[in-house]
Amino acid sequence: MTEPDGWRRLHPLSPIVRGGRGTIAIAVILLPTVFGARRPSNTAIELAAVAAIVGLGFVSWLVTRWRVDGDDLRIETGLIRRQSLRFPLSQVQAVDVVRPGLARIFRVAELRLRMGGATGKTARLAYLHEREVDPLRDRLLALARGTAHADEAQESPRDERVLATLPTGRLVASILISDVGIMAEAVLVGLVLGIVFAPSAAAGIASGGAVWILSVFQLVWRRFNQEYRLTVVEAADGLVLRGGLVALTAETIRPGRVQAVRMVEPIAWRLLGWCRLEVDIAGRQRSEGEGRAQRRSLRAVLPVGSRAVAEELLDHLLPDRPREQTRPPRRARWKSPLRYRMLAWGRTPTCVATTSGRVRRATNWVPLEKAQSLRRVQGPLQRRLRLASVHVDTAGRNVHAVIRDRDVDEANGALEELVASAEAARRAS
Amino acid sequence: MDSSVSWRVPSPRLLAVRRVQVAVVTVAAIVAAAVLGSRAGAAVAAGAVVGALVLGIAAEWFVRRRIAAWGYAEREDDLLVRRGVMFSRLSVVPYGRMQFIDVTAGPVERSFGLATVRMHTAAAASDARIPGLPRDEAARLRDRLAELGEAQAAGI
Repeated sequence: MTEPDGWRRLHPLSPIVRGGRGTIAIAVILLPTVFGARRPSNTAIELAAVAAIVGLGFVSWLVTRWRVDGDDLRIETGLIRRQSLRFPLSQVQAVDVVRPGLARIFRVAELRLRMGGATGKTARLAYLHEREVDPLRDRLLALARGTAHADEAQESPRDERVLATLPTGRLVASILISDVGIMAEAVLVGLVLGIVFAPSAAAGIASGGAVWILSVFQLVWRRFNQEYRLTVVEAADGLVLRGGLVALTAETIRPGRVQAVRMVEPIAWRLLGWCRLEVDIAGRQRSEGEGRAQRRSLRAVLPVGSRAVAEELLDHLLPDRPREQTRPPRRARWKSPLRYRMLAWGRTPTCVATTSGRVRRATNWVPLEKAQSLRRVQGPLQRRLRLASVHVDTAGRNVHAVIRDRDVDEANGALEELVASAEAARRAS
Repeated sequence: MDSSVSWRVPSPRLLAVRRVQVAVVTVAAIVAAAVLGSRAGAAVAAGAVVGALVLGIAAEWFVRRRIAAWGYAEREDDLLVRRGVMFSRLSVVPYGRMQFIDVTAGPVERSFGLATVRMHTAAAASDARIPGLPRDEAARLRDRLAELGEAQAAGI
């Protein structure tokens, strides 16, 4: 499918896979017609509609082409509104290979490049043949690294080290006691009780709130599907996260592209000593045609695990992280009565850590070389109590370090020191 | 941090701009109060007018203090911007982190020869905005920041 000037097309089955649920719906509608169970007058209309949809899909496939041009990935698409997109590979933050259920049947996969920079767009190649995807991924990553001869990188053996794997039992248990899980259980128990004691009323509620009930279960399912057997691998080209039940994903985060790390411990998990570890990368994912799942920039490295496993992963992500954190002065209780018990912060010359959250304790780590700007903020109540907060802003969308409610002098000192440390860390990197 | 740096402040004309804006809104509010209040009787109308006037004076006081609190300083490696009275903020933005610079001027600002300079980093939360700079100072600051940003640029 290569054209003479290096332009390439996507896989011809792309429109069908892109259609996703629509395709399945069409197949369901068409089946009875094919087997002659319906009247022919309807058939003509249905066939025309299907033909139109298929035709549109085919046209969109026909006008889309891509090529790797020096250090850029270029994509051209659109029939009426022609778009020519250029993605500089040096700005790639992460590369994802995504294979939804339908794509696996047709043996195709989608390649996504998450870009940093001011626009923070995502480049999507949906879909490519399975055979093509991995070599292309390696080649793009090699080009992003600035390896002059991209072919050499492919030949080198891939040494990988598995850092963590998620046992299915633990995933199920963690979802059962998570917020969505508890909601789903409550709905389920309610339905069962209803069916036992008042069948007619239960039927009414179930039909009326069917959308809500389904959406709760969909949330549970999505989480299970995404995080099923998630494996974290340390490879030469970055941190690779693989997992999924029906839809398989493989996300590669380039080394040094982690903007911040967060450890979340909801109250129910804290009793079991479990936590969740997430990394944030740059980009303001707001591209057209992206679903919610694709837009997230926060990735769970460890969807659920013990503190010990989390610490081990943290050692890889942030070797020089603060081990100890200091508490705010007692008078901060008046400003943050609930989270006072958890508030703390600590720092090393290259990293800052902050903890907050009464019910859902979250610890954020920001490597100082990634700090975009620093802010000292003081509200009216804080001024009365002689407190101030220092914010460390990052390019990620979700995780920022906030050194909350410290003594004014400490906050001023911290701001000054962090500015100097960030400067030094930036020069060293 | 505040002792060693020389702070610059927005042009005094910014206060005039904001006062014009406050005055326009206040006059509109007084007229509306008079018209709507007169239906309910003279006493109500007088009360509403006085209320609108008091709010306008309060807004003027608020705006004056807010502008007095605004300042910026160019240091060797970063730009400092301080602002806010109730919620006081001090932002430190390293030149190397700058993605782009905006210079904007609304119709009122423009008629007073003023402009607003804003520095953007890759973090959405970064907030380095300096309003009410004379046009040539805004242009100087923009060029200087762009130059320093290019010299010290660091990857994300």
